[in-house]
Parts: sequence; structure tokens; C-alpha cells
Amino acid sequence: MRNDELEIPYQIMDPTGKMQGAMPEGLTDQKLLEWYRLMWEIRYFSNKTVALQRQGRSTTWGPLNGQEATAIGMGAPLQPQDWMVGSYRDSGAYMAKGYPMSALFYYTRGFSVAPDLVGPDKRCLPYQIVLATQTLHGVGLAMASRIKKENAVTMIGVGDGATSEGDFNEALNFAGVFKAPAVIVIVNNGWAISTPRSHQSAAKYLVDRAVGFGMPGRLVDGNDVLACYSVMREAVERARSGEGPTLVEAITYRHGAHTTADDPTRYRDPKEVEYWMGLDPTRRLKSYLVEQGVWDEAKDKAMLQEVENHVNEQAEIAYNHPTPGPDGMFNNIFEKLTPRMLRQREQLRHELNLEAEVR
Amino acid sequence: MTLTATKLTIIEALNQAMATEMERDERIVLLGEDIGKNGGVFRVTDGLQARFGEDRVFDTPLAESGIIGTSIGMAVNGLRPIAEIQFAGFMFVAMNQIVSQAARIRLRSAGMYHCPMVIRAPYGGGVRTPEMHSDSMEGVFLQTPGLKIVLPSSPYDAKGLLIAAIEDPDPVIFLENIKLYRSFKQEVPPERYTIPLGQAATLQEGNDITIITYGAMVPVSQQAAHKLQEETGASVEIIDLRTIWPMDEEAIVNSVTKTGRAIVVHEAPMAGGVSSEVVSIINDNCLYSLLKPVARVTGYDTPFPSPGLEDNYMPTVSRVLNALRKTLED
Repeated sequence: MRNDELEIPYQIMDPTGKMQGAMPEGLTDQKLLEWYRLMWEIRYFSNKTVALQRQGRSTTWGPLNGQEATAIGMGAPLQPQDWMVGSYRDSGAYMAKGYPMSALFYYTRGFSVAPDLVGPDKRCLPYQIVLATQTLHGVGLAMASRIKKENAVTMIGVGDGATSEGDFNEALNFAGVFKAPAVIVIVNNGWAISTPRSHQSAAKYLVDRAVGFGMPGRLVDGNDVLACYSVMREAVERARSGEGPTLVEAITYRHGAHTTADDPTRYRDPKEVEYWMGLDPTRRLKSYLVEQGVWDEAKDKAMLQEVENHVNEQAEIAYNHPTPGPDGMFNNIFEKLTPRMLRQREQLRHELNLEAEVR
Repeated sequence: MTLTATKLTIIEALNQAMATEMERDERIVLLGEDIGKNGGVFRVTDGLQARFGEDRVFDTPLAESGIIGTSIGMAVNGLRPIAEIQFAGFMFVAMNQIVSQAARIRLRSAGMYHCPMVIRAPYGGGVRTPEMHSDSMEGVFLQTPGLKIVLPSSPYDAKGLLIAAIEDPDPVIFLENIKLYRSFKQEVPPERYTIPLGQAATLQEGNDITIITYGAMVPVSQQAAHKLQEETGASVEIIDLRTIWPMDEEAIVNSVTKTGRAIVVHEAPMAGGVSSEVVSIINDNCLYSLLKPVARVTGYDTPFPSPGLEDNYMPTVSRVLNALRKTLED
């Protein structure tokens, strides 16, 4: 499907929850109920992190609210051997791949990954801070899978702003040339902090770039979880069967601020926010489930309470987890520290002891 | 089977090192611009694609950040990439991938992932390459925790150090001096051997003064030492650092404690670089043995000049000789 033939992004379920196309194969009401709950887990995880930041207990955080359908579309089609890379706002996709929420909370608490909380390798690289950088790592992971003849696909998340970076374009180029088994998803939420999508590229759709890199591009309604899943599953299967990479653009919206340090009222029209709130992915899926007769307000209320409890428990786990220790900056630099680094660590320990005495 | 050492250039020694390692470890892949059929612009990878196939030795699009970024992904996913950057001066294009990504993936993932990769790049001036091809960037990488930095000065060292770099579990920047590439041949054993990263070599022993150097400044220093010895009979100790991180502090300290006088010679700019680090090490450990201030003979704190002026930029035998004489005065 070529993008220029599309008037609107690919959609299966419209904003009122009405089906405009066929249910993707294999999806049951049970699965959709799981996803509906997962959407709220992602959103409440983000809300909780904001609350912790306001209490001074979390680092600066970039809320995910509004992007849950795209996140599930990215994570759900993957298998355990598949890889995922993304930025901080792809944490929802990490959760959809099975990355534990407690491990994400541990990071926002202010430490690098806690392997104990991650458990067996989830094949999710630490989420990226220098945006677009991860797209090259993802393509490299996929190139290695191809060279090793392993049946693994790499899912790559990147924002609309980061598509302006050189690395994004180099990644698409390498993916095309080396037929990397990768799916590159542009999570287009309309804003890069205060810079609107229209300021990143003069192209009508960012996915149009697929043509220039010799790969198919798919434009999808990023708030329609069925469309996201359908498009991304097809792209994953395509990559897995050796046909190469696909570029996907999911049109969604960042409900909240860029981060806890941002004030979006400085640059966004409240009417625009209101419009997109009406396209909230949770509302859409809920309408459908209610219409099917498998969901109601009472169940919703009870579920939200459960999710809130679960999120609080996950945060508890992270905040009770042992920290790396005061000299943790020396951990995991090299497999073996150099003599100088060992001396510096000793010096730090010594100085910390002196400080303790002074106190 | 008896194998006899043959005389090789640095280029041939590096090629042999990679071939040796690729033979025994199928995780090793080579990537870079024009490294396949063409064997690289300096021919360091000559014949390796024909021998090991296009899946293991491949040309990339012209994109340095792309080369390093995808190498990181491949390294995390179990391969051992050796990435060639055509000229070190082009590494600036890939600095985020090197400094913020390759050097930190072990740290950022708390050891769940690591990045065993080698970034090879020709560096240094003196062969009339166009501007921006001649930078010596080791000082920049010295300021980057998480990288190891190797700069061999001879064919024997080049092979042993490259094999050590390849088997190292962390990212290694392997800088190959362009002027030394084909400047001389040396006997190189055909079998596999390694030289540990972080171990300097004492190239000649002496009692009166120490020269601490590496890379293309090794032969320059040797010639200066020889002239000095002819002139004055002074005996000069020469230390080739070989790797600047980890830096062999012990070798520096032992030598300068013995001689009481030292000069540091490198081609890179002076400010905040390797010589600053060496002088600090001497200051911290050998102050009471020092008979004179430590002198530095380096590139100037200017960008590496256009080829027409490069001979005036790079340390010469006479500049080194002058520094030696001055440091030997009482």
C-alpha cells in the first residue's frame, strides 16, 4: 500500500469503537481485554512516575499517555528471541514485550538497569536518550540476526522529531541495503517538545521516506490498537521471512508534557489537545468492548483499582530494590577495571568514609 | 609444522592478524567503506572478503555514524565487529555513537550487554593527504571513559595488539599511523600471539633521560636519541606507550625515577592530551627524582594544517633533539 494513495491512516476501529474493517486474525475478546488492561498499566505507570518525580523520588520523566495503542502494536507481535530498541517514550512498547514495570521504575528512580528486576534477558536495550541513535543499534542487532541466520526480528521505535537526525536516515539506509530483519516505527505524536511535526519535514507523511530507502512504508492510525497490531505484525512477519525491513508511521498524540520539566501550554492550542483527547486509544477500545457485551462500567472501575494497586506494588519493588552502592559509577565500565580506576574507587570509598566521620 | 617469520609492513601484519582471528572465531565481521573488493583505501583488508565471504567482510554505505551504530548492535547481538573508519578525521561524524553509546552500553545495561568491537582508523600526517585526513584524535578518546586506545608503532606490535584488541570484551579504538603503514618491514611470526593492552615497551634502555612517545613519533625519537648519543654520549631510554588507555603508569614512573629527566613526544595537539597526562603522572610520582622540568614536543594547538604546512607542524628529529639537549642541561 503506497502512502500517497491514503487519505487517512490505516484504521480498523474508528474513534467510536466501530469496526471499519475485519478483526485481525487470531484476536479474541479475551486478548483485547488483556490489551485494554495493559493500556491502563502503561498509563498508570507513567502517571505514577510523574507523581514520584513531583515528590523528588524520580528523575525527570517523559509521560507516555495517549501512545498506548502504538506501544501495544509494537510489542504484541514479538517473540522472546526478538529485539526491541526505543527511546524513553517507548517504555510502553517495552512493557508490551514483557519488560517488567519494576525494572522501568528502578531506572527512573535514578539508577541504570537492575538485572535482577529484569530477570531473564528480555532483549530490550536500555531505552535511548540521544534520540535516533537507537535506530542504528536496532538495525545492527537485526543485521547480526541475519548474519547468524537466527530467526529474530528487531522492533525499532523512534519519534517524529528524531526522524530529522542523520542517524535515523543512516539506519533506514543500512536496513535497506543489508535487508535487515527490522521494523522501524515512527511514533508520530505530533510534537518534539515544542516543535510541531510540520517543522521536522516538509513531506506530507514521514513514512514517505520509505520509498527513498527502498522499503515498504505503512501509515497507520496510532490510536487504533487493532490497526497498529495488524500493520506491525505483518511487518514483523515480513522481516522474519527474510523479505527485509518495513517503515511504519503511527499517527498518535502526546497527551501531556514532553517531560515533567515542560509546560506544553506555552506552545499547544488547548483545542488541539481536546481534539486528540477525543481520540484516546483507551476510550476507543473500551467502547468496542462494551458494545461486545464483555465490559461495563463496574468492571472498568474494579479493573482500574487493580491496575493502580499493581502499579504501586511494582514501584514498591523498585524502590525497595538494593542500590548499586555509593561507588556504583565504577561498575560495568570495562569487564576489568584499569589500575587507575581501581585506585580512584578506593579513593572515593576513603573520601565517603571521611565524610561519614565529619557528619 | 614449522613456521618461519617473514618480514611484513604494518599493513600486512594487520591483515594477517585479522585473517588469523577470523579463521578461529566466526563471530568476527569486518565492515567499512571500500574494505571488500577494494581491500580498503590502504589495503589493510586486502583479500579478506574473497577469503571469508561477503557476509563477514562487507562494504557499507558512506556513513560513519551508521558504521559504528550498527556495529554496536551487532556486538550486542553476539558478533565481534571490526569497523574501519577510512580516516580517523572522519570519526568526528560518529562521536555520539563512539563516546555516548559504544563506551557506555555495558554501564547503561548494568553488564547485561557489552560491546566487544574494534574501531580501526588510519591517523596522522606527513603523507600529503588532503586536509581533515590527518588528525590525531587520541586525546579526545583519552577523555572518554569506557574506551581503550591503542596506537602501534611497528608491525610486530600491530599484529599482537590488534589480536588483543579483537579478543577484548570492550570497545577498542585502534589507531594506525598512516606514515608508518608501509615505512618499514619487520619480522612477524606467522602464529597467533597477543600483546596485552596497557603495557608499554621499553625500546631502548638508558640512564640519562627518558623519551615517552608512541606511534609515528617512535622512529623520530629513536633518530633523535641516536644523534644525541653520537653528540654527547648521553644514554636515552625510550618508552613506547603502545596503548594510551589503559596507560602503563608503572613503566613511566620506573623509568623517570631512574633517569630523573624526561620528554614526551607526540604528534597530536598539546593541550589536554596524552603529554599532559604523562606529565601529571610524573608529577604525582617522580617529583623528587626530577632534575629538570619535563619537556613536551607535540603538535601545536592549531588544527592540523593543510599539507603544504604539515612538515612545520609535526615534531621533527631536530625539535626532539633540542628538547633532549635542553632537558639534559644542568
